[in-house]
Amino acid sequence: MRPFSYERAADLAQAALLGRETGQGQTDAVAQFLFGGTTLVDLMKLDVLRPKRLVDLVELKGAHGGIAVSVDGLHLGAMASMAEVAAHPDVRRDYPAVAQSLELAASPQIRNMASLGGNVLQRTRCPYFRDPSWTACNKRNPGSGCAAIEGFNRNHAVLGVDQSCVSQYPGDLAVVLSAFDTELEIVGAAGARRMPFSALHRPADGKPHLENNLQSGDIIIGFKVPAGAWTRRSLYLKVRDRASYEFALASAAVGLDLEDGVVRQVRVGLGGVAYRPWRSPEAEGSLIGKPLNEAAAQAAAEAAFAGAVTHGGNDFKPELGRRTLVRALLEARDRTVNAGGA
Amino acid sequence: MDRTAQLTGPSRRGLIGAAATFAASSAVSVAQGAAETAVSGAVPMRLNINGKDRDAILDVRTCLLDALRDHLDLTGSKKGCDQGQCGACTVLVDGHRALGCLTLAVAAQGRRITTIEGLAEAGGPLHPMQQAFIDNDAFQCGYCTPGQILSAVACVGEGHAASDGDIREYMSGNLCRCGAYPKIVEAIKQARDHMRPA
Repeated sequence: MRPFSYERAADLAQAALLGRETGQGQTDAVAQFLFGGTTLVDLMKLDVLRPKRLVDLVELKGAHGGIAVSVDGLHLGAMASMAEVAAHPDVRRDYPAVAQSLELAASPQIRNMASLGGNVLQRTRCPYFRDPSWTACNKRNPGSGCAAIEGFNRNHAVLGVDQSCVSQYPGDLAVVLSAFDTELEIVGAAGARRMPFSALHRPADGKPHLENNLQSGDIIIGFKVPAGAWTRRSLYLKVRDRASYEFALASAAVGLDLEDGVVRQVRVGLGGVAYRPWRSPEAEGSLIGKPLNEAAAQAAAEAAFAGAVTHGGNDFKPELGRRTLVRALLEARDRTVNAGGA
Repeated sequence: MDRTAQLTGPSRRGLIGAAATFAASSAVSVAQGAAETAVSGAVPMRLNINGKDRDAILDVRTCLLDALRDHLDLTGSKKGCDQGQCGACTVLVDGHRALGCLTLAVAAQGRRITTIEGLAEAGGPLHPMQQAFIDNDAFQCGYCTPGQILSAVACVGEGHAASDGDIREYMSGNLCRCGAYPKIVEAIKQARDHMRPA
Protein backbone atom coordinates (compact mmCIF):
# COMPACT_ATOMS: atom_id res chain seq x y z
CA MET A 1 0.00 0.00 0.00
CA ARG A 2 1.25 3.46 -0.87
CA PRO A 3 1.87 6.08 1.83
CA PHE A 4 -0.99 8.32 2.85
CA SER A 5 -2.00 10.67 5.59
CA TYR A 6 -5.00 9.98 7.82
CA GLU A 7 -7.28 12.63 9.20
CA ARG A 8 -10.45 12.29 11.21
CA ALA A 9 -12.82 15.11 10.36
CA ALA A 10 -14.61 16.60 13.34
CA ASP A 11 -17.55 17.96 11.37
CA LEU A 12 -18.94 18.38 7.87
CA ALA A 13 -17.24 21.68 7.14
CA GLN A 14 -13.88 20.25 8.02
CA ALA A 15 -14.53 17.08 6.04
CA ALA A 16 -15.46 19.08 2.94
CA LEU A 17 -12.31 21.16 3.29
CA LEU A 18 -10.01 18.18 3.83
CA GLY A 19 -11.69 16.27 1.00
CA ARG A 20 -11.34 18.99 -1.59
CA GLU A 21 -9.38 16.68 -3.91
CA THR A 22 -11.64 13.62 -3.89
CA GLY A 23 -12.44 13.96 -7.58
CA GLN A 24 -15.17 12.07 -9.42
CA GLY A 25 -13.99 8.53 -8.93
CA GLN A 26 -10.61 8.72 -10.64
CA THR A 27 -8.33 6.02 -9.25
CA ASP A 28 -5.54 8.54 -8.82
CA ALA A 29 -7.67 11.06 -6.89
CA VAL A 30 -5.50 12.70 -4.22
CA ALA A 31 -8.02 12.34 -1.39
CA GLN A 32 -10.60 9.72 -0.46
CA PHE A 33 -13.27 9.75 2.21
CA LEU A 34 -13.09 6.74 4.53
CA PHE A 35 -15.93 5.17 6.47
CA GLY A 36 -16.08 1.38 6.64
CA GLY A 37 -13.15 0.92 4.27
CA THR A 38 -14.64 -2.21 2.74
CA THR A 39 -14.08 -0.96 -0.80
CA LEU A 40 -11.41 1.64 -0.21
CA VAL A 41 -8.91 -0.35 1.87
CA ASP A 42 -9.37 -3.37 -0.40
CA LEU A 43 -8.60 -1.34 -3.52
CA MET A 44 -5.69 0.41 -1.82
CA LYS A 45 -4.16 -2.98 -0.98
CA LEU A 46 -4.57 -3.94 -4.64
CA ASP A 47 -2.89 -0.66 -5.66
CA VAL A 48 -5.94 0.35 -7.71
CA LEU A 49 -6.79 3.40 -5.58
CA ARG A 50 -3.78 5.52 -4.66
CA PRO A 51 -4.91 8.34 -2.38
CA LYS A 52 -2.37 10.49 -0.61
CA ARG A 53 -4.92 11.55 1.99
CA LEU A 54 -7.70 9.69 3.79
CA VAL A 55 -10.40 11.70 5.51
CA ASP A 56 -12.28 9.58 8.03
CA LEU A 57 -15.96 10.50 8.32
CA VAL A 58 -16.70 8.31 11.34
CA GLU A 59 -17.34 11.30 13.62
CA LEU A 60 -20.24 12.36 11.39
CA LYS A 61 -22.26 9.25 12.15
CA GLY A 62 -23.97 10.76 15.16
CA ALA A 63 -25.46 13.56 13.08
CA HIS A 64 -25.92 11.68 9.79
CA GLY A 65 -26.58 8.07 10.73
CA GLY A 66 -30.30 8.21 11.48
CA ILE A 67 -33.14 6.20 9.92
CA ALA A 68 -36.64 7.68 9.87
CA VAL A 69 -39.91 6.75 8.17
CA SER A 70 -42.58 9.44 7.93
CA VAL A 71 -45.65 10.14 5.79
CA ASP A 72 -43.35 11.94 3.35
CA GLY A 73 -41.07 8.99 2.87
CA LEU A 74 -37.96 7.28 4.11
CA HIS A 75 -34.94 9.26 5.22
CA LEU A 76 -31.63 7.45 5.51
CA GLY A 77 -28.56 9.07 6.95
CA ALA A 78 -25.61 8.27 4.69
CA MET A 79 -23.47 7.16 7.64
CA ALA A 80 -26.02 4.56 8.78
CA SER A 81 -24.57 1.09 8.31
CA MET A 82 -26.04 -1.36 5.82
CA ALA A 83 -26.89 -3.67 8.73
CA GLU A 84 -28.74 -1.00 10.69
CA VAL A 85 -30.99 -0.12 7.77
CA ALA A 86 -31.58 -3.76 6.83
CA ALA A 87 -32.71 -4.53 10.39
CA HIS A 88 -34.93 -1.47 10.87
CA PRO A 89 -38.54 -2.61 11.40
CA ASP A 90 -40.14 0.42 9.69
CA VAL A 91 -37.91 0.00 6.64
CA ARG A 92 -38.71 -3.71 6.47
CA ARG A 93 -42.45 -3.00 6.68
CA ASP A 94 -42.81 0.03 4.40
CA TYR A 95 -39.80 -0.25 2.06
CA PRO A 96 -39.09 -3.99 1.91
CA ALA A 97 -37.07 -3.71 -1.32
CA VAL A 98 -34.63 -1.37 0.45
CA ALA A 99 -34.16 -3.77 3.37
CA GLN A 100 -33.86 -6.80 1.08
CA SER A 101 -31.30 -5.19 -1.19
CA LEU A 102 -29.10 -4.60 1.85
CA GLU A 103 -29.66 -7.93 3.50
CA LEU A 104 -28.83 -9.79 0.30
CA ALA A 105 -25.62 -7.80 -0.16
CA ALA A 106 -22.12 -8.67 1.06
CA SER A 107 -21.64 -10.46 4.40
CA PRO A 108 -22.79 -9.62 7.94
CA GLN A 109 -19.31 -8.28 8.75
CA ILE A 110 -19.22 -6.00 5.72
CA ARG A 111 -22.80 -4.84 6.32
CA ASN A 112 -21.77 -3.77 9.83
CA MET A 113 -18.79 -1.83 8.53
CA ALA A 114 -20.07 -0.18 5.36
CA SER A 115 -22.03 3.05 5.34
CA LEU A 116 -24.82 3.68 2.84
CA GLY A 117 -22.87 6.53 1.28
CA GLY A 118 -19.88 4.32 0.68
CA ASN A 119 -22.07 1.46 -0.48
CA VAL A 120 -23.66 3.36 -3.35
CA LEU A 121 -20.19 4.51 -4.48
CA GLN A 122 -18.61 1.04 -4.44
CA ARG A 123 -16.47 0.16 -7.45
CA THR A 124 -16.98 -2.41 -10.13
CA ARG A 125 -15.78 -5.98 -9.62
CA CYS A 126 -14.35 -6.13 -13.16
CA PRO A 127 -11.18 -8.24 -12.77
CA TYR A 128 -9.26 -5.99 -15.16
CA PHE A 129 -10.13 -2.94 -13.08
CA ARG A 130 -9.09 -4.71 -9.87
CA ASP A 131 -5.72 -5.92 -11.22
CA PRO A 132 -3.31 -3.12 -12.19
CA SER A 133 -1.02 -5.61 -13.95
CA TRP A 134 -3.47 -5.25 -16.85
CA THR A 135 -2.63 -2.07 -18.70
CA ALA A 136 -5.83 -1.81 -20.67
CA CYS A 137 -8.56 -0.39 -18.46
CA ASN A 138 -10.14 2.92 -19.34
CA LYS A 139 -11.46 3.23 -15.82
CA ARG A 140 -7.95 3.13 -14.36
CA ASN A 141 -5.90 4.43 -17.27
CA PRO A 142 -7.99 6.74 -19.48
CA GLY A 143 -7.39 5.96 -23.13
CA SER A 144 -5.75 2.57 -22.54
CA GLY A 145 -8.63 0.47 -23.86
CA CYS A 146 -10.87 -2.18 -22.33
CA ALA A 147 -9.42 -5.64 -21.74
CA ALA A 148 -12.83 -7.08 -20.88
CA ILE A 149 -14.43 -6.58 -24.28
CA GLU A 150 -12.22 -9.31 -25.77
CA GLY A 151 -11.46 -10.99 -22.45
CA PHE A 152 -13.29 -12.56 -19.52
CA ASN A 153 -16.62 -10.80 -19.47
CA ARG A 154 -19.07 -13.28 -17.99
CA ASN A 155 -20.01 -10.91 -15.15
CA HIS A 156 -20.06 -7.78 -17.24
CA ALA A 157 -22.83 -5.38 -18.11
CA VAL A 158 -25.16 -5.58 -21.11
CA LEU A 159 -27.04 -2.29 -20.59
CA GLY A 160 -25.43 1.13 -20.69
CA VAL A 161 -22.12 -0.12 -22.06
CA ASP A 162 -20.02 1.35 -24.83
CA GLN A 163 -16.65 0.60 -26.42
CA SER A 164 -14.84 2.33 -23.56
CA CYS A 165 -16.13 0.13 -20.72
CA VAL A 166 -18.42 -2.86 -20.21
CA SER A 167 -17.98 -3.14 -16.44
CA GLN A 168 -20.90 -3.94 -14.20
CA TYR A 169 -22.16 -1.77 -11.37
CA PRO A 170 -22.05 -4.34 -8.55
CA GLY A 171 -24.27 -2.82 -5.87
CA ASP A 172 -27.80 -3.67 -4.82
CA LEU A 173 -29.16 -0.76 -2.76
CA ALA A 174 -28.47 1.73 -5.54
CA VAL A 175 -30.68 -0.25 -7.89
CA VAL A 176 -33.63 0.24 -5.54
CA LEU A 177 -32.79 3.88 -4.86
CA SER A 178 -32.57 4.69 -8.56
CA ALA A 179 -35.95 3.09 -9.26
CA PHE A 180 -37.66 4.75 -6.28
CA ASP A 181 -37.06 8.42 -7.25
CA THR A 182 -34.54 8.95 -4.46
CA GLU A 183 -33.01 12.33 -3.79
CA LEU A 184 -29.47 12.76 -2.50
CA GLU A 185 -28.51 15.26 0.17
CA ILE A 186 -25.00 16.53 -0.38
CA VAL A 187 -22.75 18.90 1.52
CA GLY A 188 -19.65 20.22 -0.14
CA ALA A 189 -17.32 23.16 -0.29
CA ALA A 190 -20.08 25.28 -1.83
CA GLY A 191 -22.63 24.34 0.85
CA ALA A 192 -25.62 22.02 0.85
CA ARG A 193 -27.54 20.90 -2.20
CA ARG A 194 -29.75 18.12 -3.52
CA MET A 195 -29.35 15.88 -6.53
CA PRO A 196 -31.56 13.17 -8.00
CA PHE A 197 -30.01 9.81 -7.20
CA SER A 198 -30.32 8.93 -10.88
CA ALA A 199 -27.80 11.70 -11.65
CA LEU A 200 -25.14 10.40 -9.25
CA HIS A 201 -23.57 7.72 -11.44
CA ARG A 202 -22.32 8.90 -14.83
CA PRO A 203 -22.86 6.96 -18.06
CA ALA A 204 -19.66 5.47 -19.49
CA ASP A 205 -19.79 7.97 -22.35
CA GLY A 206 -16.23 7.26 -23.46
CA LYS A 207 -14.91 8.51 -20.10
CA PRO A 208 -15.43 5.68 -17.60
CA HIS A 209 -12.67 7.01 -15.32
CA LEU A 210 -15.19 9.65 -14.27
CA GLU A 211 -17.68 7.62 -12.24
CA ASN A 212 -19.93 10.15 -10.59
CA ASN A 213 -21.19 13.71 -10.75
CA LEU A 214 -20.01 14.72 -7.30
CA GLN A 215 -17.64 17.65 -6.98
CA SER A 216 -14.40 17.39 -5.04
CA GLY A 217 -15.18 17.58 -1.36
CA ASP A 218 -18.83 16.60 -1.79
CA ILE A 219 -20.12 14.35 0.97
CA ILE A 220 -23.36 12.42 0.60
CA ILE A 221 -25.09 12.94 3.94
CA GLY A 222 -28.52 11.45 3.29
CA PHE A 223 -31.04 9.79 1.01
CA LYS A 224 -34.69 10.74 0.76
CA VAL A 225 -36.91 8.04 -0.70
CA PRO A 226 -40.32 9.62 -1.31
CA ALA A 227 -43.41 7.82 -0.10
CA GLY A 228 -45.36 6.07 -2.84
CA ALA A 229 -48.17 3.60 -3.16
CA TRP A 230 -45.65 1.12 -4.60
CA THR A 231 -43.14 1.00 -1.74
CA ARG A 232 -44.95 -1.53 0.46
CA ARG A 233 -45.55 -3.92 -2.41
CA SER A 234 -41.89 -3.93 -3.34
CA LEU A 235 -39.14 -6.48 -3.42
CA TYR A 236 -35.56 -7.01 -4.50
CA LEU A 237 -34.78 -10.28 -6.24
CA LYS A 238 -31.13 -11.23 -6.65
CA VAL A 239 -29.82 -14.09 -8.79
CA ARG A 240 -26.20 -15.14 -8.26
CA ASP A 241 -23.70 -17.97 -8.55
CA ARG A 242 -24.03 -18.99 -4.90
CA ALA A 243 -26.85 -18.60 -2.42
CA SER A 244 -25.25 -15.95 -0.22
CA TYR A 245 -22.37 -13.49 -0.04
CA GLU A 246 -22.08 -12.97 -3.79
CA PHE A 247 -22.62 -10.18 -6.29
CA ALA A 248 -25.63 -10.28 -8.58
CA LEU A 249 -25.53 -11.88 -12.00
CA ALA A 250 -28.92 -10.28 -12.43
CA SER A 251 -31.28 -8.57 -10.04
CA ALA A 252 -34.54 -6.68 -10.13
CA ALA A 253 -36.06 -4.08 -7.84
CA VAL A 254 -39.80 -3.86 -8.26
CA GLY A 255 -42.45 -1.66 -6.65
CA LEU A 256 -46.10 -2.14 -7.55
CA ASP A 257 -49.26 -0.13 -7.06
CA LEU A 258 -52.12 -2.39 -8.13
CA GLU A 259 -55.85 -1.80 -8.37
CA ASP A 260 -57.88 -4.96 -8.93
CA GLY A 261 -54.83 -6.62 -10.44
CA VAL A 262 -54.20 -3.75 -12.88
CA VAL A 263 -50.96 -1.79 -12.71
CA ARG A 264 -51.63 1.77 -11.62
CA GLN A 265 -47.99 2.68 -10.99
CA VAL A 266 -44.79 0.66 -11.07
CA ARG A 267 -41.08 1.10 -10.45
CA VAL A 268 -38.47 -1.14 -12.06
CA GLY A 269 -34.74 -1.19 -11.37
CA LEU A 270 -32.19 -3.66 -12.74
CA GLY A 271 -28.89 -4.73 -11.20
CA GLY A 272 -25.98 -6.96 -12.15
CA VAL A 273 -26.63 -6.31 -15.81
CA ALA A 274 -25.90 -2.63 -16.25
CA TYR A 275 -23.00 -0.20 -16.25
CA ARG A 276 -24.65 1.91 -13.57
CA PRO A 277 -27.69 1.55 -11.28
CA TRP A 278 -30.40 1.07 -13.87
CA ARG A 279 -34.00 2.15 -13.94
CA SER A 280 -36.14 0.91 -16.80
CA PRO A 281 -38.78 3.43 -17.87
CA GLU A 282 -39.37 1.13 -20.86
CA ALA A 283 -40.50 -1.71 -18.61
CA GLU A 284 -42.53 0.63 -16.42
CA GLY A 285 -44.27 2.20 -19.41
CA SER A 286 -45.22 -1.15 -20.89
CA LEU A 287 -46.92 -2.26 -17.65
CA ILE A 288 -49.03 0.76 -16.76
CA GLY A 289 -52.76 0.19 -17.20
CA LYS A 290 -52.36 -3.54 -17.86
CA PRO A 291 -53.42 -6.51 -15.76
CA LEU A 292 -50.20 -7.92 -14.31
CA ASN A 293 -50.03 -11.43 -15.71
CA GLU A 294 -47.12 -13.42 -17.04
CA ALA A 295 -47.54 -12.12 -20.59
CA ALA A 296 -47.46 -8.50 -19.43
CA ALA A 297 -44.42 -9.20 -17.26
CA GLN A 298 -42.66 -10.87 -20.19
CA ALA A 299 -43.44 -7.92 -22.46
CA ALA A 300 -41.99 -5.55 -19.85
CA ALA A 301 -38.85 -7.68 -19.61
CA GLU A 302 -38.45 -7.66 -23.40
CA ALA A 303 -38.73 -3.87 -23.36
CA ALA A 304 -36.20 -3.58 -20.53
CA PHE A 305 -33.53 -5.53 -22.41
CA ALA A 306 -34.27 -4.35 -25.96
CA GLY A 307 -31.02 -2.39 -26.02
CA ALA A 308 -28.79 -5.08 -24.51
CA VAL A 309 -25.30 -5.50 -25.98
CA THR A 310 -23.35 -8.66 -25.15
CA HIS A 311 -19.70 -9.67 -25.58
CA GLY A 312 -19.56 -13.46 -25.56
CA GLY A 313 -19.11 -14.43 -21.94
CA ASN A 314 -22.22 -12.55 -20.92
CA ASP A 315 -24.46 -13.67 -23.79
CA PHE A 316 -26.68 -15.36 -21.20
CA LYS A 317 -27.40 -12.18 -19.30
CA PRO A 318 -30.28 -10.65 -21.24
CA GLU A 319 -32.30 -13.86 -20.88
CA LEU A 320 -31.35 -14.25 -17.21
CA GLY A 321 -32.22 -10.62 -16.64
CA ARG A 322 -35.59 -10.98 -18.33
CA ARG A 323 -36.49 -14.05 -16.31
CA THR A 324 -35.36 -12.33 -13.13
CA LEU A 325 -37.60 -9.35 -13.83
CA VAL A 326 -40.61 -11.53 -14.72
CA ARG A 327 -40.24 -13.48 -11.50
CA ALA A 328 -39.82 -10.31 -9.45
CA LEU A 329 -42.95 -8.74 -10.93
CA LEU A 330 -45.08 -11.83 -10.32
CA GLU A 331 -43.75 -12.34 -6.80
CA ALA A 332 -44.44 -8.69 -5.96
CA ARG A 333 -47.95 -9.05 -7.34
CA ASP A 334 -48.62 -12.08 -5.16
CA ARG A 335 -46.99 -10.64 -2.07
CA THR A 336 -49.16 -10.15 1.01
CA VAL A 337 -49.02 -6.52 1.99
CA ASN A 338 -49.86 -5.39 5.50
CA ALA A 339 -52.93 -3.28 6.15
CA GLY A 340 -52.32 0.32 5.23
CA GLY A 341 -50.50 -0.72 2.08
CA ALA A 342 -51.87 -1.24 -1.40
CA MET B 1 -31.84 2.01 16.49
CA ASP B 2 -30.22 0.33 19.46
CA ARG B 3 -27.03 -0.07 17.51
CA THR B 4 -26.91 3.58 16.60
CA ALA B 5 -27.34 4.49 20.21
CA GLN B 6 -24.59 2.10 21.18
CA LEU B 7 -22.19 3.40 18.57
CA THR B 8 -22.66 7.03 19.37
CA GLY B 9 -23.47 6.81 23.06
CA PRO B 10 -21.54 8.22 25.95
CA SER B 11 -19.24 5.24 26.45
CA ARG B 12 -17.76 5.56 22.98
CA ARG B 13 -17.34 9.30 23.35
CA GLY B 14 -15.44 8.66 26.55
CA LEU B 15 -13.07 6.27 24.87
CA ILE B 16 -12.40 8.63 22.02
CA GLY B 17 -11.64 11.31 24.53
CA ALA B 18 -9.07 9.06 26.13
CA ALA B 19 -7.50 8.26 22.81
CA ALA B 20 -7.45 11.90 21.83
CA THR B 21 -5.69 12.86 25.04
CA PHE B 22 -3.01 10.31 24.31
CA ALA B 23 -2.69 11.27 20.69
CA ALA B 24 -3.13 15.00 21.02
CA SER B 25 0.29 15.73 19.68
CA SER B 26 0.30 13.17 16.92
CA ALA B 27 -2.06 11.13 14.86
CA VAL B 28 -5.74 11.51 15.39
CA SER B 29 -6.75 14.43 17.43
CA VAL B 30 -10.49 14.25 17.16
CA ALA B 31 -11.44 16.64 19.92
CA GLN B 32 -9.44 19.68 18.99
CA GLY B 33 -11.64 21.02 16.22
CA ALA B 34 -8.85 20.89 13.69
CA ALA B 35 -8.00 17.46 12.38
CA GLU B 36 -4.34 16.63 12.43
CA THR B 37 -2.47 14.60 9.91
CA ALA B 38 -0.87 11.24 10.39
CA VAL B 39 1.77 10.56 7.80
CA SER B 40 2.95 7.15 6.73
CA GLY B 41 5.68 6.04 9.05
CA ALA B 42 5.65 5.45 12.77
CA VAL B 43 2.53 6.81 14.45
CA PRO B 44 1.62 6.30 18.10
CA MET B 45 -1.76 4.61 18.45
CA ARG B 46 -3.89 3.45 21.34
CA LEU B 47 -6.18 0.51 20.72
CA ASN B 48 -8.70 -0.83 23.22
CA ILE B 49 -8.44 -4.59 22.89
CA ASN B 50 -10.20 -7.09 25.10
CA GLY B 51 -10.87 -4.40 27.70
CA LYS B 52 -7.31 -3.08 27.87
CA ASP B 53 -5.72 -0.07 26.25
CA ARG B 54 -2.74 -1.13 24.21
CA ASP B 55 -0.23 1.43 22.96
CA ALA B 56 1.81 0.80 19.87
CA ILE B 57 3.81 2.75 17.34
CA LEU B 58 2.64 1.59 13.95
CA ASP B 59 2.78 2.64 10.34
CA VAL B 60 -0.49 4.41 9.55
CA ARG B 61 -1.06 1.87 6.74
CA THR B 62 -1.27 -1.04 9.21
CA CYS B 63 -4.60 -2.83 9.18
CA LEU B 64 -6.12 -3.93 12.46
CA LEU B 65 -5.41 -7.59 11.68
CA ASP B 66 -1.68 -6.97 11.20
CA ALA B 67 -1.59 -4.76 14.28
CA LEU B 68 -3.05 -7.58 16.36
CA ARG B 69 -0.94 -10.37 14.92
CA ASP B 70 2.40 -8.71 14.21
CA HIS B 71 2.62 -6.02 16.86
CA LEU B 72 0.42 -6.96 19.82
CA ASP B 73 1.11 -10.71 20.09
CA LEU B 74 -2.54 -11.58 19.49
CA THR B 75 -2.24 -14.21 16.79
CA GLY B 76 -5.66 -15.77 17.29
CA SER B 77 -7.15 -13.68 14.50
CA LYS B 78 -6.14 -15.28 11.23
CA LYS B 79 -5.18 -13.91 7.84
CA GLY B 80 -6.89 -15.87 5.10
CA CYS B 81 -7.52 -13.82 1.98
CA ASP B 82 -6.58 -10.35 3.30
CA GLN B 83 -9.27 -8.99 0.94
CA GLY B 84 -12.46 -9.17 2.97
CA GLN B 85 -13.70 -12.35 1.37
CA CYS B 86 -13.10 -15.17 3.86
CA GLY B 87 -13.91 -13.89 7.37
CA ALA B 88 -10.92 -15.54 9.09
CA CYS B 89 -9.93 -12.15 10.53
CA THR B 90 -13.35 -11.45 12.07
CA VAL B 91 -13.23 -9.49 15.34
CA LEU B 92 -15.90 -7.65 17.29
CA VAL B 93 -15.80 -3.85 17.13
CA ASP B 94 -18.07 -2.20 19.70
CA GLY B 95 -19.77 -5.60 19.91
CA HIS B 96 -20.42 -5.91 16.17
CA ARG B 97 -18.53 -8.29 13.92
CA ALA B 98 -16.11 -6.68 11.50
CA LEU B 99 -13.15 -7.60 9.32
CA GLY B 100 -9.70 -6.86 10.70
CA CYS B 101 -8.11 -6.97 7.27
CA LEU B 102 -10.17 -4.08 5.87
CA THR B 103 -10.07 -1.98 9.04
CA LEU B 104 -7.17 0.44 9.41
CA ALA B 105 -5.74 0.27 12.93
CA VAL B 106 -5.53 4.05 13.07
CA ALA B 107 -9.27 4.23 12.41
CA ALA B 108 -10.06 1.63 15.08
CA GLN B 109 -8.84 3.88 17.87
CA GLY B 110 -11.60 4.70 20.32
CA ARG B 111 -13.52 1.51 19.55
CA ARG B 112 -13.86 -1.57 21.77
CA ILE B 113 -12.18 -4.46 19.98
CA THR B 114 -12.74 -8.06 21.05
CA THR B 115 -10.58 -10.85 19.68
CA ILE B 116 -10.79 -14.59 20.23
CA GLU B 117 -8.25 -14.17 23.06
CA GLY B 118 -10.70 -11.97 24.96
CA LEU B 119 -13.83 -14.05 24.61
CA ALA B 120 -13.32 -15.98 27.85
CA GLU B 121 -11.58 -14.80 31.00
CA ALA B 122 -8.09 -16.14 31.52
CA GLY B 123 -8.23 -19.19 33.75
CA GLY B 124 -12.03 -19.30 33.61
CA PRO B 125 -14.31 -21.55 31.62
CA LEU B 126 -14.51 -21.25 27.86
CA HIS B 127 -17.19 -19.10 26.28
CA PRO B 128 -20.23 -21.29 25.48
CA MET B 129 -19.51 -20.86 21.76
CA GLN B 130 -15.92 -22.05 22.15
CA GLN B 131 -17.10 -25.05 24.15
CA ALA B 132 -19.79 -25.80 21.60
CA PHE B 133 -17.27 -25.84 18.75
CA ILE B 134 -15.23 -28.41 20.69
CA ASP B 135 -18.26 -30.47 21.73
CA ASN B 136 -19.53 -30.64 18.15
CA ASP B 137 -16.15 -31.13 16.46
CA ALA B 138 -16.97 -28.04 14.41
CA PHE B 139 -13.59 -27.70 12.72
CA GLN B 140 -10.86 -29.71 11.09
CA CYS B 141 -7.74 -27.63 10.45
CA GLY B 142 -9.00 -24.87 12.73
CA TYR B 143 -7.68 -21.94 10.73
CA CYS B 144 -11.07 -20.32 10.19
CA THR B 145 -12.28 -21.21 13.69
CA PRO B 146 -11.45 -18.00 15.63
CA GLY B 147 -13.30 -15.97 13.00
CA GLN B 148 -16.16 -18.49 12.92
CA ILE B 149 -16.54 -18.33 16.70
CA LEU B 150 -16.57 -14.53 16.94
CA SER B 151 -18.95 -14.33 14.01
CA ALA B 152 -21.15 -16.96 15.64
CA VAL B 153 -21.25 -15.08 18.94
CA ALA B 154 -22.43 -11.99 17.06
CA CYS B 155 -24.86 -14.04 14.97
CA VAL B 156 -26.59 -15.27 18.13
CA GLY B 157 -26.47 -11.80 19.69
CA GLU B 158 -28.15 -10.29 16.62
CA GLY B 159 -30.98 -12.83 16.85
CA HIS B 160 -30.01 -14.42 13.55
CA ALA B 161 -29.63 -17.99 14.81
CA ALA B 162 -33.30 -19.02 15.08
CA SER B 163 -33.16 -21.68 12.36
CA ASP B 164 -30.57 -23.69 10.45
CA GLY B 165 -31.33 -21.57 7.38
CA ASP B 166 -30.82 -18.34 9.29
CA ILE B 167 -27.53 -19.59 10.69
CA ARG B 168 -26.25 -20.57 7.26
CA GLU B 169 -27.28 -17.22 5.77
CA TYR B 170 -25.88 -15.07 8.56
CA MET B 171 -22.65 -17.08 8.80
CA SER B 172 -22.01 -16.81 5.06
CA GLY B 173 -19.22 -14.30 5.61
CA ASN B 174 -17.04 -17.01 7.16
CA LEU B 175 -15.66 -19.57 4.77
CA CYS B 176 -14.42 -22.99 5.92
CA ARG B 177 -12.00 -24.65 3.54
CA CYS B 178 -12.52 -27.99 5.29
CA GLY B 179 -16.27 -27.82 4.83
CA ALA B 180 -17.19 -28.21 8.50
CA TYR B 181 -20.37 -26.24 7.94
CA PRO B 182 -22.92 -28.82 9.20
CA LYS B 183 -21.10 -29.12 12.52
CA ILE B 184 -20.66 -25.37 12.78
CA VAL B 185 -24.44 -25.05 12.52
CA GLU B 186 -24.85 -27.67 15.26
CA ALA B 187 -22.35 -25.87 17.50
CA ILE B 188 -24.12 -22.55 17.09
CA LYS B 189 -27.44 -24.11 17.99
CA GLN B 190 -25.95 -25.61 21.14
CA ALA B 191 -24.31 -22.35 22.20
CA ARG B 192 -27.40 -20.30 21.32
CA ASP B 193 -29.35 -22.05 24.03
CA HIS B 194 -26.64 -21.30 26.61
CA MET B 195 -26.15 -17.67 25.61
CA ARG B 196 -29.70 -16.45 26.25
CA PRO B 197 -28.85 -14.25 29.25
CA ALA B 198 -26.24 -12.31 27.26
